[in-house]
Amino acid sequence: MSTIPSELPAGAAAAPVRRLRLPQRVRGPLLAIAFPLALVVLWHYLVVMTGTRLVPTPYQVGVMMWDFIFGGIHDDAFSATIGTHLLASMQRVYGGFALAIAIGVPLGLLIGKVPLIRQMLDPTLSLLRPIPVTAWLPLSMIFFGLGPRSAVFLVFLGAFYPILLNTIFGVRSVDIRLFEAAAMLGCDGSRMFRQIVLPAAMPSIFNGLRLAHGFAWILIVVGEMTGVPTGLGSVIMDGRTLSRTDLVITGMIVIGVAGFLTDRIIVALNNWILRWSPQHHG
Amino acid sequence: MDDPAAKPRRRFLTVRDVTKTFRVGGDTVEALGRVNLSIDKGEFVCLIGASGCGKSTLLRIIAGFERPTAGQVELYEQAVTGPGSDRGMVFQDYALFPWMTVRENISFGPRQKGMAKKYVAEITDEYLHMVGLEKFADRYPQQLSGGMKQRVAIARVLANECELLLMDEPFGALDAITRESLQLELLEIWARTGVTVIFVTHSVEEAVLLSDRVVVMTAGPGRVEADIAIELERPRDVSGIEFNQVRRDITQRLTSHVGRRELKAVA
Repeated sequence: MSTIPSELPAGAAAAPVRRLRLPQRVRGPLLAIAFPLALVVLWHYLVVMTGTRLVPTPYQVGVMMWDFIFGGIHDDAFSATIGTHLLASMQRVYGGFALAIAIGVPLGLLIGKVPLIRQMLDPTLSLLRPIPVTAWLPLSMIFFGLGPRSAVFLVFLGAFYPILLNTIFGVRSVDIRLFEAAAMLGCDGSRMFRQIVLPAAMPSIFNGLRLAHGFAWILIVVGEMTGVPTGLGSVIMDGRTLSRTDLVITGMIVIGVAGFLTDRIIVALNNWILRWSPQHHG
Repeated sequence: MDDPAAKPRRRFLTVRDVTKTFRVGGDTVEALGRVNLSIDKGEFVCLIGASGCGKSTLLRIIAGFERPTAGQVELYEQAVTGPGSDRGMVFQDYALFPWMTVRENISFGPRQKGMAKKYVAEITDEYLHMVGLEKFADRYPQQLSGGMKQRVAIARVLANECELLLMDEPFGALDAITRESLQLELLEIWARTGVTVIFVTHSVEEAVLLSDRVVVMTAGPGRVEADIAIELERPRDVSGIEFNQVRRDITQRLTSHVGRRELKAVA
C-alpha cells in the first residue's frame, strides 16, 4: 500500500496529503490569531502570578474597552467617548498624512527628475531629516499654538520624509528607456510627469505611503501631547496622569486596530493601482 | 533590391560626418569616427558589426536620444535635435510601459497628439490586428511572452505614424523559432506600410534575409566599412545557394577586419 504507482494522476496522489492540512482559508487566519491569543494568555498569567497592581489583566482592559465604546460601566469622562477621540485622531492623522502626500510626492518627483531642483533642495532636506520629529514639538507649539494644528504638523513631518525619499528613489530607478520611449512617442514636459514618471515610481511611492502611514499613527500620540483635549493620544496621556493603565492600554489597542485597518485599505489600493505588477502586491 | 533609379529620389535620411566621443572617467573613447550614410524612403537597411563598433550609438543618435559630438543627422534635410514621433525606436528589451495594457501601450502615441477617442481606438485596433494581438489587448506586458512584447513595441511606434523604424537588435533576446516568425512578420509589415527601417543586428543571416542594404561597421573607432546592396529576390530562401554566397561574402568582410585589428593590437 505504501507505494503509489507513478501512473496515477497527480490529483490522486495529492489527495491524502491535502486531507492532513486545514483548508488554506481557515489556516491563515487561525495562525494569525493563535500568536496574539497566546500573548494575551501569557499576559494574564504574568499579572496574576506577580500580583502586580500596576498592570491590569486582559479582562480588566476588556471591561475598559467595553466602557470606552458603549459606556455603562465606569460612567466617567471616558465612557462611550471612543467616537469623539477616534474621529479627532483620524482627522489629524489623515490630515497630516494627506498633507505629506500632497507635498512629498510632487516634490519627490521633481527632485528625482530635475537635477537643478535636486542640487538646490537635496542638501537642505538631508540636513533637516535627522532631526527627530519630537524635537520640533516646542517650535511647532509656537508656530501653531496648543491645538490640533500642532499635531497635524508633527504627523506631517513624520510622514513627509518616507514619502519624499521613496518617491525620489522610485523616480531615479525608472528604466531610462521608458523616458526615451515616451519622448519618441511625442510625450514631453508635464505630461511626462503625469503619464510616465508618476506611474513608474508608483511601486516605490506606495512603499513610502505604508511606512509614512505607520509613522503618522506613531506620531499622533506625540502630537496630542501638546494639550489638545481630544484624541487617542490625549486619552493615553490622561490615562498616564490618572494612573489608569487600563485606559492607556485601551487607547493603544484602538490605535493599533485603526492603523491596521487603514493599512489594509492602503494595501488594497496598492494592489489595485499596481495590478500590472503582481510582485508589488502587499 | 528594387531598381533605385525607378524610385523618385527624395532625400530622406542623411547622416553627415557624425562623430561621437564619450568621456569614461578621465579617458575619451571615440565611439564613432566620421560616419556618412544616406538612406532613401522605404529602404530596409541593416547595420551590422562586432559589438563595440558603434552601431547602437549611431542608431541612438538618429533617434535623437544622443547628440553627435560633431556632424549632424538630417531628416528631410532638417537637422535632428532630439527624439520625435517621426522616428520610432524598438528596443531589444522592449521598453513597454508596464502599467499600461497592450491597447494602452499601442494607443500611447496617438493619445499624445490629442486625437479624438474614436479615431485613437480605430488606429489602435488596426495595429493590434496587424501584429495579431487582438486577443491580448487587455493584458499587461508582464503577462506576455518576449515575442508578443516585441510585437506590441512594433505596433506602438507604427500606430504613432513614424516614418523611420529604428530597431536595436530587436529579436536578439528571442528564441530561434519566435525570431524567425517575427522576421517574416516584420517584412510583411514593411511591405504593407512602406515604412523605412534601420535594423541593428550582429547576425549576418538576419541582415541578408531582411535588408535591401547591409551597412558593415567596424570598431575602433566605429565607421562604415562597406555598404552592400542585397539584390536577392524576395521572399528569400535562407538555405539557397545565392543567399549563402552573399552571407559568406559579408561574413568574410567582417572577420577579415576583426583579424586585422587583432594583428594591429599585437603589433
